[in-house]
Amino acid sequence: MNPIKKFLFELQETSFLIFYAFVRLFRKPRYIAESIRQMDEIGVGSLPIILLTGFFTGAVLTLQSFDTLASYGGQNETGRLVAYTLVRELGPVLTALMVAGRIGSAISAELGAMVVSQQIDAMRALGTDPYRKLVAPRVIALILMLPLLTVAADLFGIIGGGVVANGLFGLDYNVFITSARNGIATEDIIGGVIKPLFFGLIVGSVSCYKGLSTKGGTVGVGRSTTSAVVVSSIVVIIADFFLARALQHLLD
Amino acid sequence: MLNLFKRKSKDTESSPREVHIAKDFLDPFFEASRALPAIEFRNVYLAFDDKVVLDNVSFKVRQGETKIILGRSGSGKSTLIRLVLGLLKPDQGEILIDGEDITYLTEAEMMDVREKIGMVFQEGALFDSLPVYDNVAYRLHENKLPEDMVEDQVRQMLAFVDLEDAIDKMPAELSGGMRRRVGIARALVGDPRIVLFDEPTAGLDPPTARTICELAIKLRDIRDASSIFVTHEMKNLEYLCSEYAIVDDEGNVVLEDEGERMCIINTEVIMLHEGKIIFSGKDEQLRASEDKYIQRFLSGKIEVE
Ligand SMILES: Nc1ncnc2c1ncn2[C@@H]1O[C@H](COP(=O)(O)OP(=O)(O)OP(=O)(O)O)[C@@H](O)[C@H]1O
Ligand SMILES: [Mg+2]
Repeated sequence: MNPIKKFLFELQETSFLIFYAFVRLFRKPRYIAESIRQMDEIGVGSLPIILLTGFFTGAVLTLQSFDTLASYGGQNETGRLVAYTLVRELGPVLTALMVAGRIGSAISAELGAMVVSQQIDAMRALGTDPYRKLVAPRVIALILMLPLLTVAADLFGIIGGGVVANGLFGLDYNVFITSARNGIATEDIIGGVIKPLFFGLIVGSVSCYKGLSTKGGTVGVGRSTTSAVVVSSIVVIIADFFLARALQHLLD
Repeated sequence: MLNLFKRKSKDTESSPREVHIAKDFLDPFFEASRALPAIEFRNVYLAFDDKVVLDNVSFKVRQGETKIILGRSGSGKSTLIRLVLGLLKPDQGEILIDGEDITYLTEAEMMDVREKIGMVFQEGALFDSLPVYDNVAYRLHENKLPEDMVEDQVRQMLAFVDLEDAIDKMPAELSGGMRRRVGIARALVGDPRIVLFDEPTAGLDPPTARTICELAIKLRDIRDASSIFVTHEMKNLEYLCSEYAIVDDEGNVVLEDEGERMCIINTEVIMLHEGKIIFSGKDEQLRASEDKYIQRFLSGKIEVE
């Protein structure tokens, strides 16, 4: 298959997967316990790395921008810059990328291993729909957890920025917090929470699709894990641009 | 990607099913529920890319019958079994389960059909993240049965395959033969009317293999289940074709050898070769066959000149 045809085919299959997963959400049986387990794994399980990522992103933003801002006499606005960048862009995107790495790979490896060991076939043979049992809970959990993780990352990023501004540059905490609060409007927060909803959908559906379409034994599992992470990261970054543009229209 | 898509809609021709029923009505021993074969393949054709795996395959498994499928490795036996479950769809032809054409059913509709089928996978295909108990109980859990009933049935089933001790073990902690037996227990839980065995005895020691054949015989004669039994081993063929299970005066199930008596054992043999059925009939006919390939297969000398 040539690459364009392959791309279109995968796009079609992934869209079908999203469609199947969602149609099944509204019919019984629903796997609520399984969804909660996935939320725990995805949300709570990813919290440490997300907090660390957020904290140090905020910290390095301050570190790199403080001097520049100070040379214009704008050092009191550091908080604004950090908060604005994090809430609008870096928070959602970095969280999605970290989750793609941690959860996307785990999902596609798990599903891929189930495919090659015929467990998916066994599941179907026993009358369970894998879209309902495996795909829907994971996609839902990602869609619900990613915004929460993003907010946590944003918060810790601002804290990280504040700590560096105060510790290294002697900026008062109050000044930093006030400017951070001035920096973000309600639209930014709404936008910053809407984006991760889509990113969750992207990471979930791409990883499930890659996992379920695994071919070729153990090597195939490795291949689909890699491509799940790569493809969902790239799609997240591309989608970010278009979402940002759409949100500008809708919210501003 | 999972095979979820319906095949293009069926071109409606005259219904061959009616003809079939009409023929059975002529049978003096006609019994309504037995009229429809449990499994029927009609001119099934399937190819993977260029490789033709099944070419115009037609056969019937009657209610309560065991069909033994012989054939060399790669002759399409597992593929045939996967077609029965609707895990694959044929490129051409129809497949009927209890008279219902499943060829064009969607995945969701297939789920109801699969309710009555138990499948023993060639490689076991146990859920490796679940302990043996949950593996065997899988179908019952999915059907939301109360836990005490589930436990009863699971223990009974595991006792049946002689694995009560392994109930809390994970699949990775089991030997190959134990895994196969858990697979059998999982397939048989919930009393399926149709059971598909994909080489259930491969790689097992003779006594265990024998136990599995006895199990298949009991399913056939006591529970009246229909089954497909894929195997390479002539020993299995011998067991299944020469022994039968009856309930004796004390109510115990015992196996008896047909010996010199003539009795009708509800088992037939099919042999697959290069995607075609080259033999179909009773084991005596198979042994008496003049066909060179079959003779070589039976004697184990299958190198082709
Ligand atoms: N998913 C698939 N894609 C491509 N070819 C396949 C696929 N599954 C099976 N085949 C091919 O179909 C043929 C029949 O395979 P099948 O597994 O049915 O054989 P089998 O009779 O069960 O063999 P064995 O006795 O070794 O289990 C083989 O040549 C195999 O290479
Ligand atoms: Mg096979």
